[in-house]
Amino acid sequence: MAARIGVVTFPGSLDDRDARRAVAAAGAEPVALWHDTPSLSGVDAVVLPGGFSYGDYLRCGAIARFSPVMESVIDAAHGGMPVLGICNGFQILCESHLLPGALIRNDVRRFVCRDQWLRVENDRTAWTCHYEAGDEILVPLKNGEGGYVADERTLDMLESEGRVVARYLHDNPNGSYRDIAGITNDTGNVVGLMPHPEHAVEPLTGPSTDGLGFFTSALAALVRG
Amino acid sequence: MARVVVDVMLKPEILDPQGQAVQGALTRLGVAGVASVRQGKRFEIEVESAPDAAELDRIASTLLANTVIEDYTVHVEGR
Repeated sequence: MAARIGVVTFPGSLDDRDARRAVAAAGAEPVALWHDTPSLSGVDAVVLPGGFSYGDYLRCGAIARFSPVMESVIDAAHGGMPVLGICNGFQILCESHLLPGALIRNDVRRFVCRDQWLRVENDRTAWTCHYEAGDEILVPLKNGEGGYVADERTLDMLESEGRVVARYLHDNPNGSYRDIAGITNDTGNVVGLMPHPEHAVEPLTGPSTDGLGFFTSALAALVRG
Repeated sequence: MARVVVDVMLKPEILDPQGQAVQGALTRLGVAGVASVRQGKRFEIEVESAPDAAELDRIASTLLANTVIEDYTVHVEGR
């Protein structure tokens, strides 16, 4: 039976449909989850998609953190379930304290939308085990508040524990400290990523199919157990 | 009734692009000598009676401010 990967739709989510397509392209069964329903419908992993949940009111991801579904996602993540937060999903994971640090307004004071080269730094997480450390991948990036910040002690800890999952290559688009595009938790099941691998899974619509590996990785991690 | 006022500001070391944009606009408005602008948030919460200090702190630090990047101050009016 195919692994079932849930994708949460919050009011204001934009990329939930693309995330479900990416899950299906990887060979898993996508399951739509709803922000106001605490049930995770028995899924094996969860994707928090990009968008502007709750209109980005208060702070990006701050209201979503207290939604009924997130209480279940937070519990499941602590129990080891693979959780991937993309863009707004990354912001939600930081607001939920599943990942350290925060995402602030781009230093360039503009919304940035372009294809972005990344270097995969950690190939041991549940979402990156189908890559090799050092792989350079091209995926879309689109954010207004994508600047990753944390205090020096936290940044040093992330570096020393190998928890930087991906870094921006060539040109840092948003002022993220140490060119950080994505990080993971200390057990490698929770990953937050500002760029959008779900938009790079099909040659017709993406700049590459480099993003597919995030979703096939989760499948492999689930089989491996 | 009591009014709880929570002021939230980005920590000094965190870049504030919105404040920078306001500073640029002030200059274009003809205001001279603006050294810096920082933009924050103010919450005014009307409650039947003011919660105790620990509860106020919980409200501010859990929801109203993200203490990774923001500082806050709380004061109660009309008590």
